[in-house]
Amino acid sequence: MIDLQAFFDMTNHFLLKYLGLSVFKSLVLVGITLLHVAYTTYAERKIIGHMQQRLGPNRVGPRGLLQPIADVLKLIHKEDIIPSCVDSPGVFKLAPFISLVAGATSLSVIPIWEHFVITNVNVGLLVVLAMSSLSSFGVILSGWASNSRYSFLGGLRASAQVISYEIAMALALVGVMMLAGSMNLVDIVRAQVSSPYKIYLIPQIIGFFVFMVAAIAETNRTPFDLPEAESELVAGYFVEYSGIRFALFYLAEYFGMIVMCMLAVVCFLGGWYGPFEIPGVPFFWFLIKLYFLIFFYIWVRATLPRYRYDQLMGLGWKVLIPLSLLNIVITGLIKVLV
Amino acid sequence: MLAVEKLQERFPEEIIEVFESAGQTVVVVRREKIVDILNFLHGDVELLFDHLADLTAIDWLGKKTPRFEVVYTLYSIRYKQYLRIKAQVPEDDPRLPSVTSIWKTANWFEREVYDMFGLVFEGHPDLRRLLMPEDWEGYPLRKDYPLFLEPDKEWPVYRELREKARELARFDWYPTLIEHDQAEEVTEEEGHGANA
Amino acid sequence: MAQTLEIIKKQQGEEHWDEPYYVNMGPQHPSTHGVLRLFLELDGETIVRCDPRIGYLHRGVEKLSEHRTYAQAMTLTDRLDYIASAANNVGYCLAVEKLMGLEVPRRAQIIRVIVCEMARIASHLLWLATHALDIGAMTVFLYCFRDREWLLDIFEEICGARLTVSYPRLGGVRLDFTQEIIDELYRFTDEFPRRIPEYETLIDVNRIWLKRTVGVGKVSAEEAINLGLTGPSLRGSGVAYDLRRHQPYLVYDELDFEVAVEYGCDVYSRYRVRMKEMREANKIIRQCLDLLKECEGEPVLAEGAPDLLMPFGKMKAPQAAPHPKRGFVVKGVEVPVVPEGEVYFAIEAPKGELGYYIVSDGTGHPWRVRIRAPSFVHISALPALSEGQMVADIVAVIGSVDIVLGECDR
Repeated sequence: MIDLQAFFDMTNHFLLKYLGLSVFKSLVLVGITLLHVAYTTYAERKIIGHMQQRLGPNRVGPRGLLQPIADVLKLIHKEDIIPSCVDSPGVFKLAPFISLVAGATSLSVIPIWEHFVITNVNVGLLVVLAMSSLSSFGVILSGWASNSRYSFLGGLRASAQVISYEIAMALALVGVMMLAGSMNLVDIVRAQVSSPYKIYLIPQIIGFFVFMVAAIAETNRTPFDLPEAESELVAGYFVEYSGIRFALFYLAEYFGMIVMCMLAVVCFLGGWYGPFEIPGVPFFWFLIKLYFLIFFYIWVRATLPRYRYDQLMGLGWKVLIPLSLLNIVITGLIKVLV
Repeated sequence: MLAVEKLQERFPEEIIEVFESAGQTVVVVRREKIVDILNFLHGDVELLFDHLADLTAIDWLGKKTPRFEVVYTLYSIRYKQYLRIKAQVPEDDPRLPSVTSIWKTANWFEREVYDMFGLVFEGHPDLRRLLMPEDWEGYPLRKDYPLFLEPDKEWPVYRELREKARELARFDWYPTLIEHDQAEEVTEEEGHGANA
Repeated sequence: MAQTLEIIKKQQGEEHWDEPYYVNMGPQHPSTHGVLRLFLELDGETIVRCDPRIGYLHRGVEKLSEHRTYAQAMTLTDRLDYIASAANNVGYCLAVEKLMGLEVPRRAQIIRVIVCEMARIASHLLWLATHALDIGAMTVFLYCFRDREWLLDIFEEICGARLTVSYPRLGGVRLDFTQEIIDELYRFTDEFPRRIPEYETLIDVNRIWLKRTVGVGKVSAEEAINLGLTGPSLRGSGVAYDLRRHQPYLVYDELDFEVAVEYGCDVYSRYRVRMKEMREANKIIRQCLDLLKECEGEPVLAEGAPDLLMPFGKMKAPQAAPHPKRGFVVKGVEVPVVPEGEVYFAIEAPKGELGYYIVSDGTGHPWRVRIRAPSFVHISALPALSEGQMVADIVAVIGSVDIVLGECDR
C-alpha cells in the first residue's frame, strides 16, 4: 500500500511538472483559438454585410453575438449522412479530422507572448510549414473519398494549388530566417525587436506580400477559392459532407486562416512588441495585429473576384516564386551591407 | 417585293402562293427544294437574308389539306426587311430536308419542331427530343393531342415518383400528401381556376 | 456516386484507361441561371463537348394559349422572361394589335416605352449581379440588388405586382401613371447614373476580372449571326443590330439614344455593351418622362379596345381535337375578335430579339402562338462558344450570354 502511494505520488509529480503545465497551456490555447475561430465566422458575416450595405446576423442574441453558438448547436443535431457509395467510410470520416488537427497542431509552436508558448522547439517555423501541407492532405482525402465528380475535381485543384503556393510561402519565410538567424519563433521575435527596423516588415516588404498572397492561397480563401468555388463546383471537396463533419471542415479552414495570420504577426510584424506596454495584458499587441490581419483577409474576400484555375497556377509559379527568390537576394544584400 | 420577284424568277414551279398579312409578305412553297430556295435567299447579294429569326410549324388540322406548314422567318440585317417562307408538309409523309447546313441556329429549332409536331428533318445531325423527356410518347403541339392527359395515359416516370413520394410520406413531420382521388379533384379545380 | 463506380468498374475490364470524364452541371446548380442541365465531356479541365439539355421548366405556354382568349393569353407571356416581364407583355400586345389593326393612343405608347426600359434596367442589373457573383465578386451582387429593389418598388406602385406585371392591355395600358410615380421616376433617373460607377469601380479595371473575361467566349460577327445570337450578345461582336432602330416600334423613332456596340467579340465586350445600355435606358426614360408632360390627361386605352375584364370562372371540360370554334362572347364578356391572318412581331427585349408569331383563324382564340425566345437560341449557341475552353470559363460564358430558362423552355 505504501508502495502504491509512492508510485502514485511520483506519477502525479511527473505529470504535473512536465506534462501538466503543457496540457493546461494547450487546453487554454485551443479553447481560446476555437472561440476566436467561431467569432471570426461571425465577424466575417458582419463585416462583409456592412461592406455590402446590409446588416449581418443581428437576431440571435444582442447584435447577433450568439450566432456562432446557434450555428454549432444546429449543425450538431443534423442527420449524419454518409453516402452509400463512398470509397471507404473510414477515410471519409477521417478526412475532416486530419485538416483540423493539422491546423491546430501548428498552434503549439506559436508564441503568444514571451512566456507563453506550448513547446519552444528550435525548428518552430518548419513545424508550421509541415502542418500546413498536412492540412491539404485532408482536403485531398475528402475529395477522393466522397466518390463524386465535383468533390474529385475540387480535391485535385486543391492539391495542385497547395503544392504550388507552399513553395512560395516557404521561400518568403527564408528571408525572415536569414535576418533572424534562427527558426525558433521566440528567437525570431526577439531578433526583430533588437534589430534597427523593429519589425521585419520594413526590409521584407516583398516577402510579406508574397507570404500573405501565398497564405490566402494555402487556406483556400477568395480570390483563390476555386476548390470550393460555390458557383462552379457547389462547395467542391466538401459537397458530400453534412452536419458536424461539414462544421469541422469549416472550422479547419478558419483555423488555418488564424494560424497563418499568427505566423505573419510573429515573423513580420514583431510578435508581442508594441510601442508601449500595457500592464497585465501582455498579449495585447499580438491580438491587435492578429485582428488587423484577419480583417484584411475578410476585406479581400468581399472585394475581389475569383481567379481561374490556370491563372492561379500561373500566378503561383511565374510571379510569386521569382518574387520570393528576389526577396532572398535582397535580404542577403541587406545582411551583408547593413 | 424584290425578294418575291427574284424567287418567282428563279423557282417558278415551287411557289404555291404569295400573300400579305398585316403588312408582311408570305411565300408558300413546296417542301422538296426548300434548301435550295433558302440557300439562294441567304447568299444572294441583293437580298442577303442572313438572320434566321424563327423556324416553327403550324398544324392546320381540319382547316387545310397539307396538314403541317413549316414556317421560316428570315430577316436581312443589311437591307432591314422581313420575309416569311412556308413549306407545306402533308400528314402521311411528315418529312422534309433540314437547313442546318445554312444556319447553325436551325439545329435546335428543328429539334423543337420534331419534338412538338413529329416532323422529321432529313439531314439533321442530331434529331432527338428537346423540351419533353426522352421517353415521352406523342407530339404535344398537334391539335389532336389533348391539353390534359387522361390519368391512365400518364407518363410512367411521374407515376413512379408519386408512388415513391407516398412511400416516403411516413417520414414526414406533418401529413402533406393528399390521396390520389383528392389529388385529381384538386388539380382539376386548380387547373380550371387558373384559366380565369 | 454510382456512375463513377460504374465507369471505374468498366475501366478495370478494359485495356486502356483513357476515358472522357463526364460531368453533369445538373439542373440544380447555383450558376446555371435556372434549371439548365449541361452535360459536359471533360478532358482534364478542358471542355471537349458541351450538350445543354433543357425542358425542366417547360409549362406548355404555347399550347395553353391556344385554349385561351387573346387577353387571357397575355398573362401567360409574363412568365416567360420573368426578370423583365413587362417587355414580354408589350411584345405580345404589339403583335396582336398589329394583326387587329388597333391604334394605340400616344400616351399609352410612351408609358409602354418607359415600362420596357425600366424592365431593361432591371434585367441588366440582375444580369450583372449574377454574372459578378459567378465569377466571385460578391459585393457587386448586393449593390445591384439594392437598385433593382428600387425599380421593383416603382413597379409595385404602377400596377401592384413586382415581378410578373400584367400591365399592358390590348389597346393600351391598364392604368395611367399617378404624379407620385412620375416624381419617383424623376428621382430614379437622377440618381441612377451616379450608381453605375459604383459597380464599375469594383470590377471594370480589376486585373482578375479582366483576366477572367477578356478573350473568353470569342465569337466572330458572321458566326454570331449564323448562330442566331441577337441583342447585346450580338452587339458585343460588332454587329449594330438593334430592333429599336431597325424596325422602330412604339415611339422609339422620336427618341435620341445610342446603340451600344463593341468590337471585342468576347465576354468583356458584352459586359461593356450592357453597361452602356443601362445608361442609355436611363436617358430614354428621362426623355419619355418629358414627353409625358406634353400629353397630359389623354386616355391610355384605345376606344376600340376590347373589354378590360377578362372572362372569369371555370372553363368547360377540356376537349380533345379538333379544336372547337369558340364563340365570341365568353361568360358575358365580349372577347377580342382578331381577323384571320398571321403576324411576326419582334421587339428588342433585354435579352435579345423576342419575337411573337401569332396565327389567327378569325375566332376569339388564337390558332397558334409561337414565342421566339432569345434565350432558346443563345443556349443552343453555348456549345460553339464554350468548346475548347476550361470549366471555369463556361460559367463566365453562360453569364455573359444572359439566359433565363423561363423563356427558353416556355
